[in-house]
Amino acid sequence: MSLTRDKKLWMYRKMLEIRHFELEVDRLFKANMIWGTCHLSVGEEASAVGSIAALEEKDMITSTHRGHGHCLAKGGELPRMFAELLGKETGYCRGRGGSMHIADLEKGNLGANGIVGGGIPIATGAALASKMRKDGKVTLCFFGDGAANQGCFHEAVNLAAVNKLPIVYICENNLYGMSVPFRKASSVENIADRATAYSIPGKVVDGNDVEAVYQAVKEAVDRARRGEGPSLIENKTYRWLGHSKSDANVYRTKEEIEEWKQKCPIKRYRQKLINEGVASAEELDRMEKEVEQAIQDAIEYAKNSPEPRVEDIMDGVYA
Amino acid sequence: MPEKLYIDALREGLREEMLRDENVFILGEDVGLYGGAFGVTKGLFQEFGEDRVKDTPISEAAIAGAAVGAALCGMRPVAEIMFFDFFTIAMDQLVNQGAKNRYMFGGKAKVPMVIRGPMGCGTGAAAQHSQSFPAVFAHFPGLKVVMPSTPYDVKGLIKASIRDDNPVVFAEHKLLYRVKGEVPDEEYIVPLGKADVKRKGKDITVVAGSIMVIRALEAAKQLEKEGIDVEVVDPRTLKPLDMDTIINSVKKTGRVVIVEDDPISFGWGAEVAAGIASSSAFDYLDAPIKRLAGLDIPIPYNPNLEKHAVPQVEDIIKGIKDTLR
Ligand SMILES: Cc1ncc(C[n+]2csc(CCOP(=O)(O)OP(=O)(O)O)c2C)c(N)n1
Ligand SMILES: [Mg+2]
Repeated sequence: MSLTRDKKLWMYRKMLEIRHFELEVDRLFKANMIWGTCHLSVGEEASAVGSIAALEEKDMITSTHRGHGHCLAKGGELPRMFAELLGKETGYCRGRGGSMHIADLEKGNLGANGIVGGGIPIATGAALASKMRKDGKVTLCFFGDGAANQGCFHEAVNLAAVNKLPIVYICENNLYGMSVPFRKASSVENIADRATAYSIPGKVVDGNDVEAVYQAVKEAVDRARRGEGPSLIENKTYRWLGHSKSDANVYRTKEEIEEWKQKCPIKRYRQKLINEGVASAEELDRMEKEVEQAIQDAIEYAKNSPEPRVEDIMDGVYA
Repeated sequence: MPEKLYIDALREGLREEMLRDENVFILGEDVGLYGGAFGVTKGLFQEFGEDRVKDTPISEAAIAGAAVGAALCGMRPVAEIMFFDFFTIAMDQLVNQGAKNRYMFGGKAKVPMVIRGPMGCGTGAAAQHSQSFPAVFAHFPGLKVVMPSTPYDVKGLIKASIRDDNPVVFAEHKLLYRVKGEVPDEEYIVPLGKADVKRKGKDITVVAGSIMVIRALEAAKQLEKEGIDVEVVDPRTLKPLDMDTIINSVKKTGRVVIVEDDPISFGWGAEVAAGIASSSAFDYLDAPIKRLAGLDIPIPYNPNLEKHAVPQVEDIIKGIKDTLR
């Protein structure tokens, strides 16, 4: 499972895209251009990118409230994402969903979710459909450490295990569920330890090492595709910013945040790519400029897009 | 009388009951150090300690069920559900267990618990963080349902709900938290099952609940300038529902507009309308009963669409004028 140069550069670019996207959203939020709430994944980019890098295009994911990164890594388009955040008709959900509900069904993204844990049974059902229709697809199910304490987590993983469904459960453990520390909410040291309860493989991964994430998820995806059933992978990571827009970080220390910033997944990978001669610093800088430009273009597109029409407000409740 | 914010009055009510009865405790997500997602429990963790202001894992079914179990054993839990939308996850424990235990066990058990949380749209939180559906719970025998609209009421009603020996669903509205109103320093209780006439008037009755009380009062104020005298009645508790106060008001005015925050189909306004139509007030009606409520859609994210999803002050003014025509 060695990575091609293209794949490595793709992973780097996607992480940059997510980082810049999130920081731009933060700015737009503070400028009152984005309404409602949103949850940013700055610091967690390697988890989304490394995991999704292990998929084929036809495969599917379910995402979470912290879902911009998953969407982008699964091929989400910047203009339609910004348009959604600005509540525009050209957005992924025609401005009806906003940050917590972006779905990109054509690309196999079955949606972010406002209900913590809500995507876990949905992903399981997607894998059930794949098994029944023998379409060869695998589903990645993203959820947080907090979500793992919802009853539906247990119900869904057990259902997948007894049916040997083609699914990989990916817990993005960023050490907190909102303000509550992981160790105060879960009796186990690792969510992956719970795999034992379902007799499925469980693995803890350094979630800030994009290649390590890729390797672990690839192994689990291959296993799922061979019909051998689900796995549970836990990416240990950290969110740099507050839980959502209204968070003063009272529940953690500046030192802890600083310490994790030192483990920046992007900086780390950049160094690795340069050291291994995959790309030069100049090439990577150029890539970053391109990403920044694409993001500015996407914001322009979103700003110039039309608002939804009030006359259409009843559209789309029923098929 | 001192003026207080709704959120502060609510917290005062919780605090007073915790001081009064050591069986009262709070459990929920981020209610401890963080003080709750909206700040309702701020400071209570510091005052009462982590045993009585308990942070739980993100597990709404366990929160509701643990409240039921603790209540069965003589505690008086107040469970916070972070957003009203997540009551659906707590539903089985609340509806199949808490609501039914007493009757099912032959009247032997008591389930004195409160389960509370903020409903409603207007903050751009989209479909899964914005719905108002208190009426759903009024459909389940064994539950009581409360939805206070003012700082005075929220304090008096939370105290009454905690002291009640039955499971009470306590529906707040997130836009009400920042509303100010008079709250006396002396202790008081607002009993469950008593409506309140928020404004006296002779031309038309508006029955409004929760945030819609605030909007109805604003509509009434504007219409006063046009010489229209609106009476605003707030049921305050959906179950038990005080139809008498509503019927008396309608007999006086002969016209009624019902304003809800919930989606219109099968809402509590239909219950109120049926109650009026089948009462002695029927003969006094000079116009058809009018209902204003949310559209039958999940709440949209876009701010303009969101605004159109539920009645606003202008809609209430128009509804009143249509009914007076
Ligand atoms: C059912 C439900 N309960 C509570 C919430 C409020 N809430 C939103 S995100 C969150 C924390 C989730 O923690 P985790 O699963 O670890 O994800 P993270 O935010 O850390 O990425 C909470 C409590 C919710 N959206 N849905
Ligand atoms: Mg977390």
